[in-house]
Amino acid sequence: MDKPMNVFDIAGRAMSAQLVRLNATASNLANAGSVAGSEGQAYRAIRPVFQTVVDKPGVATVKVDRVVTSDMQATKRHDPGHPLADANGDVWEAGVDSSAELVEMIESARMYQNNVQVMQTAKSLLLETIRLGK
Amino acid sequence: MSLEDSLFGIHGKALALRSQRLELIASNIANASTPGYKARDIDFDKALAEASRQQGSVSSALESAMGYRIPLQPSSDGNTVEMSTEQTLFAENAVKYRTTLSFLEGRLNTITRALRGE
Repeated sequence: MDKPMNVFDIAGRAMSAQLVRLNATASNLANAGSVAGSEGQAYRAIRPVFQTVVDKPGVATVKVDRVVTSDMQATKRHDPGHPLADANGDVWEAGVDSSAELVEMIESARMYQNNVQVMQTAKSLLLETIRLGK
Repeated sequence: MSLEDSLFGIHGKALALRSQRLELIASNIANASTPGYKARDIDFDKALAEASRQQGSVSSALESAMGYRIPLQPSSDGNTVEMSTEQTLFAENAVKYRTTLSFLEGRLNTITRALRGE
C-alpha cells in the first residue's frame, strides 16, 4: 500500500478477513453431514490462513493469504440403501467437525465486533478533533 | 521553540502520540487471530519526553519508545495479543486523547479571547 495506513484501513481490512473466516465456517457447517460416493469426492472443511500486512513498525493489518482444505478425513459409513453407495455399500460423510466450526464461528464474530468497536471509537475521536476550536 | 509549541505547549505532541498509539493498539486488535503475531506498544511517558526535547520529532520518539508486549499467558500459536489487555489500553488511550483535546480546546479559547480583546 503506497498511502500510509490509518486506523480505518487497519480495522476495515481485519473485518474483511474475519468475514472470509465466517464465510468459510458457514460453508463447512452447511456441508457437515453431506455424503459422497467416494472418499475423494467427500467435502472437507476449508480454513483461511491469516497473514500480517506490515505498513511500518507497529502499524499492521491482516489479510487472508490463502484458503486451505483441512486434512480431516471423511468418515466411511456402511449404508447399502443409499443411492450414492459404492459397490461395497459404503458412503463417505464430509470431514467437518461441527463443534470446532461453531467455536470458530463464535470467535470470528467476536473478533469482528472488536474491530467494529475500534472503528467506532476512532471515528468519534476524529470527529471531535475536527470540531476543535468551534 | 516553534510557533506550534508556544501555542499548544506539550499538548500538540501529546495528541500526535496518542493518535499514533491508537493505530498501534488497533493493529494489535486487528491481528488478534494471526498466528505468530507479536503485539507492540509504546512507553508513552518515554515517547512524550523524547518528543518534547529540542528538535525532537514525533516519529523518532515513537521508534525509540516502542517495545513488544509481554503476554500474561503465552498462547501455543505464538500470538501475543491478549484481548483484555488491548481493549483496556485502547479505552484508556481514547479517554486520554479526549483529555488532551479538551486541554487544546482551553488553549484555543484563551488565545481567541486574547485576540478579540474581550
